[in-house]
This record gives sequence, C-alpha cells and structure tokens, in this order.
Amino acid sequence: MFELLGIPPQALFGQLLIGLINGSFYAMLSLGLAVIFGMLNIINFAHGAQYMIGAFVAWYALQYFGLDYWWSLLIAPIVVGAFGVVLERTMLQRLYKLDHLYGLLLTFGLALVLQGFFLNEFGSSGLPYPIPPSLQGGQNLGFMFLPNYRAWVIVFSLVVCLVTWYLIERTKLGSYLRAATENPTLVQAFGINVPRMITLTYGFGVGLAALAGVLAAPIYRVNPLMGADLIIVVFAVVVIGGMGSILGSVVTGFALGIIEGLTKVFYPEASNTVIFVIMAIVLLLKPAGLFGRTA
Amino acid sequence: MTTAAYQIGAPAKTTTLTHQYVAFGIMTAFFVVAPIFIYPVFLMQALCFALFACAFNLLIGYVGLLSFGHAMFLGTAGYISAHAAKVWGFPPEFAILTGTAASALLGVVAGALAIRRQGIYFAMITLALAQMIYFFALQAPFTGGEDGIQAVPRGTMFGFLDLSDQMTLYWVVLAIFLFGFLLIYRIVHSPFGQVLKAIRENEQRATSLGYKTDHYKLIAFVLSATLSGLAGATKAIVFQLASLTDVHWTMSGEVVLMTLVGGMGTVFGPIVGAAIIITMQNYLAGFGEWVLVIQGAIFVVTVLLFRRGIVGEIAAYLHSKSKSKSVPAEAEQAA
Repeated sequence: MFELLGIPPQALFGQLLIGLINGSFYAMLSLGLAVIFGMLNIINFAHGAQYMIGAFVAWYALQYFGLDYWWSLLIAPIVVGAFGVVLERTMLQRLYKLDHLYGLLLTFGLALVLQGFFLNEFGSSGLPYPIPPSLQGGQNLGFMFLPNYRAWVIVFSLVVCLVTWYLIERTKLGSYLRAATENPTLVQAFGINVPRMITLTYGFGVGLAALAGVLAAPIYRVNPLMGADLIIVVFAVVVIGGMGSILGSVVTGFALGIIEGLTKVFYPEASNTVIFVIMAIVLLLKPAGLFGRTA
Repeated sequence: MTTAAYQIGAPAKTTTLTHQYVAFGIMTAFFVVAPIFIYPVFLMQALCFALFACAFNLLIGYVGLLSFGHAMFLGTAGYISAHAAKVWGFPPEFAILTGTAASALLGVVAGALAIRRQGIYFAMITLALAQMIYFFALQAPFTGGEDGIQAVPRGTMFGFLDLSDQMTLYWVVLAIFLFGFLLIYRIVHSPFGQVLKAIRENEQRATSLGYKTDHYKLIAFVLSATLSGLAGATKAIVFQLASLTDVHWTMSGEVVLMTLVGGMGTVFGPIVGAAIIITMQNYLAGFGEWVLVIQGAIFVVTVLLFRRGIVGEIAAYLHSKSKSKSVPAEAEQAA
C-alpha cells in the first residue's frame, strides 16, 4: 500500500472518518444553535445538556421500555423538544425584552442543573449503548475498514441538515420563519402567531440536539458530561461560520471536523485546540465569520 | 431589536457617596476583625475570589462585556506564579507580579481578538479562548497536568514578612485585596470610567462623540485580566497550589454567578456574591454534584427574579426610599 508523508493510510482514513463523525455532530448542533438564535436572539447554552439528555432518553427507552434505537430516533427529539417548549414558555419567554446576555446566563444555569442532576444519578463514567443489530459490522473498502454504523451517522446527519435547510429556505413555513427573524412585529401584524412560532422553533432546535444525542449514544458512551465540552467547540464553530446562513453552519461543521481529524494524524498535540486557533485566525481576517453578515 | 431595552449590568441607581464610604468602612472593619471568629484560610479564599469577581465586574458591570472565559486569567497567573516561586525560587512578591504580568499579556491577546465581536459572540469567543488555555494547561509539561503544581513555597515577602505565619499571610492578602478594590473603584469613578459607562449604554453614540471605543474596551479588558491575574497569583501562593480547576470553564461560570448574585455594576456586589458562593461551596462540599445543581438553580432564579442582585436590590430600595422622602419635601415647598 502507498504511504502519504509517512502516515499509513489506515491511520489517515481512520482519523478522517472520526473527523467526519465529529463534523456531523458539530453541524447538527451548530445548525440548532443558529436556528434558535435566528428566532429567539439567544444563545442556547443548554444545547449540550439537551444533546446529552437525548442520549439518556435513548438509554432509558431501551433499558426500561424495551424500545430499540429506531424508536429512540423518533421519541428522543419529541420528548426533549417538548421539554424545550416547556422551558421556553415558562422561563425564556420572560427574557426577550432584556439584553440577550440574560438568555445566555439563564441557559447556562439550566445546563448546570441538568448536568448536575444526571451526574448525581449516573456518575461520570457513562453507560454503554449497543449499536443496533442491523447496523453492526462494516465494509472493507480496500484502503480502510468502514463500520456500518459510522457510515449511517454521517449519511443520516447530512440528510437531517439538508431537510432542515429545505424546510427553512424553500417552504412556506420557512418563509414565515425567515420573515419573523427579520421583523417579528410586521409578521405578527399579518396575522401570524409569532410567539407560538418562537416556541416551536426552540422546541425544534432542542429536538435536533436530542437527535444528535441519540446518534452519538452508540459511538461515545452515554455520559452526563458528553455535551459539556462539545458545546464549547460548537460555539467556536458557530463563531467561525457565523450564524447568518444555514448551509454555512453545516459546511463549517463538517469542514472543521475533518480538519480536526487531520490534525490528529499530523500533529496530535494540537488536535484539541486546532478549532480554537482557527477561530482566532478567522476573527483576525474576517470578524463576522466565514458565512456571517456584518451587523 | 438593535438595542435591548434593558442593557445588561445597567446601573442599579447609583448609591450616594456617603452610602459607599459607610459600606467601605464596614467592610474593612469586618475583614480586620473577622479572623478572630472565622477561619483565616477560608477568609483568604473569600478575599481572592472577591477580588476576582470585582475584576470581572469591571468588564460586565461597567463596559457591558460578558466574558465567559475569565478563568484563563485566574488560572494562568496561578500557574506562572506557582512555577516562579517553586522552580525559579522567586520571592512571593515577584512570583505574584510575574503571574499578574502573564495574565496582563494574555489579556492583551485575548482582548484584541474578543472585542472584534459584540454581545453573545464576545461571550462565546472568550469561552473558546479559555478552553484553549485549559487544554494548554492540561498538556504543557510545566503545569503538571492533572496534578497541577503542588507544594508551592510561600516564602518571605520583601525579605521580612514570613508568609508561613498564617496571620501575616492574612494581612498581606487583605492588603492586596484592598489595593485591587480601591484601584477598581478609582478606575470606575474616573473620566475613563465615565467613557466606559457611555460605551455600555450606547456604543454607537460614544463612537459618534469621537471616542475610539475599541481602545477603551481593550484597556478595560486588560485591566480586568490583570486584576483577575493578581487574584489568581495570590491564590496560588496562599493555597500553595495551581491546578486545572482554576482554568476550567466551571470557574468562569462561577465568577459570573458571584457577580450576578451580588449585583452586576455595583461596587460591593461582587464581594457579597463571592462570600455567599464560597460559603455555600464549603457547606455543600459533602453533597457531591448537588453543588452544581444548586449553583445552576441560583443562576436561573437570579436571572428570572432579581437581576439586579443583592446589593443592586438594596441600592434600589435605598434610592426609592430617599426619593419618596424628597417628594413630599418638594410638595411642601411648592405649597
């Protein structure tokens, strides 16, 4: 087999695959953050915690109700999304007239509560979640071994991102949404229930996080802290991409995942920090982000 | 949606100067007498965090910038001063100065990057930069990874103050705290501080008046980073330890919580908030992760119900009282 810069291809493609997987989660989470930010003008710090809860819902469903992975893909976003709707109605709603930063502080508090609660219940070591039987095994591609489940995660998250993009950019509902992002007062004057749309948007964004959590459950262990460090990286992804465009956040998410994977091959010491370094460079060159609109 | 109706850290009606002098007198008297009946090490911990929170408040309370990464300044200064005292054998005063200077330098770099964006982006950028410092501290050889730098010598300050004596150490820490506190007070009540408040209230207008707001924001950021560093360096000498806890994002969250609970944009709020949170952590230390839940719940309750914080609410109460007193007086004059 050929070698690239002294790196065996198995290692290279293996890390590329991990990068793509991480990229899928960055893309789905930053997409949810962007959608929520567009409508509510808040940064949802609880996004990581809600992603974690999505994974726990899947674990609960399997453990106590015997509902398998495929049911969890449906149930977890609905359960966690409904929870998000309750949060929005009871708490977030009171903050819209205030500085946006209060929303950040409130959701940070919520994230602490949720993580602390799950840490008390389950400890920090995490619980295993099996790969569904139909997705076990893998393909030998000649240059690398591709586990079926990982291929599924990449394809499925790509589809989810594209469907979200289609919903927001190409449907009537999406056009209301975009209009309400631009000028909520005017859209409300046309007889559209904007407060309800805001609530549902938050529920949808949170549901996306939970869906990512279910996808992550068989790869990483189901762990109360799985979202805590991830969300900080996703924030950096959001700063790099800018929250102006849906496709932008998807592309940025996948691209940064791949870059992170490559860094692990060529300069492993920097793999934890490479995204933050890129963020610093982007801030110097293009402060509004790669796809952002300057305010 | 361009300008928020209530700016974060908006002035809790400024208390009168006499109120502040009285409060300062009470606070100083308390800290002088306190070691008689409160464990000095606990007091020193509270003082370090109070200074940290005051430095953080300089940014959020008076410029309206929410930094979610202030742990990087606390932690970096702690590591550098611990390293200077232990490996280079610096006396404590130079160790603390070196640590503080390192944070100032970090503040210049982080500040220059972060002020390129506003609002929540600013918060996300500072958080991400702090996470970068955290990974650096985790991997760099001199920080000792998970163990941190332990058994840092306290040494003898200025050649005659033996810091291994607990009460001597306490007076030194109190002096450092009062120095930092008065410096912040001076900054806030200077013409420079007035410009900062103008930027908080309306940045565009401050720009249109000819102020280079970016310069002011950067200077405020560096000052805040430096004083946070002073707190972190002192803390490392007091506890003879620099560890990952001080650079982790939970620490950045804690200082936000202290300032929020005490009252953002108030002079004494951060001190009250720090005292409350530190006391709570000490009492709840045995309850494991419930501390996290309770801290989160305090965040939620404070944001929803009393955003002005404890000191802010008291100040507002005093203000409304003095107002209601003066209204009948004016009415009498009119009559």
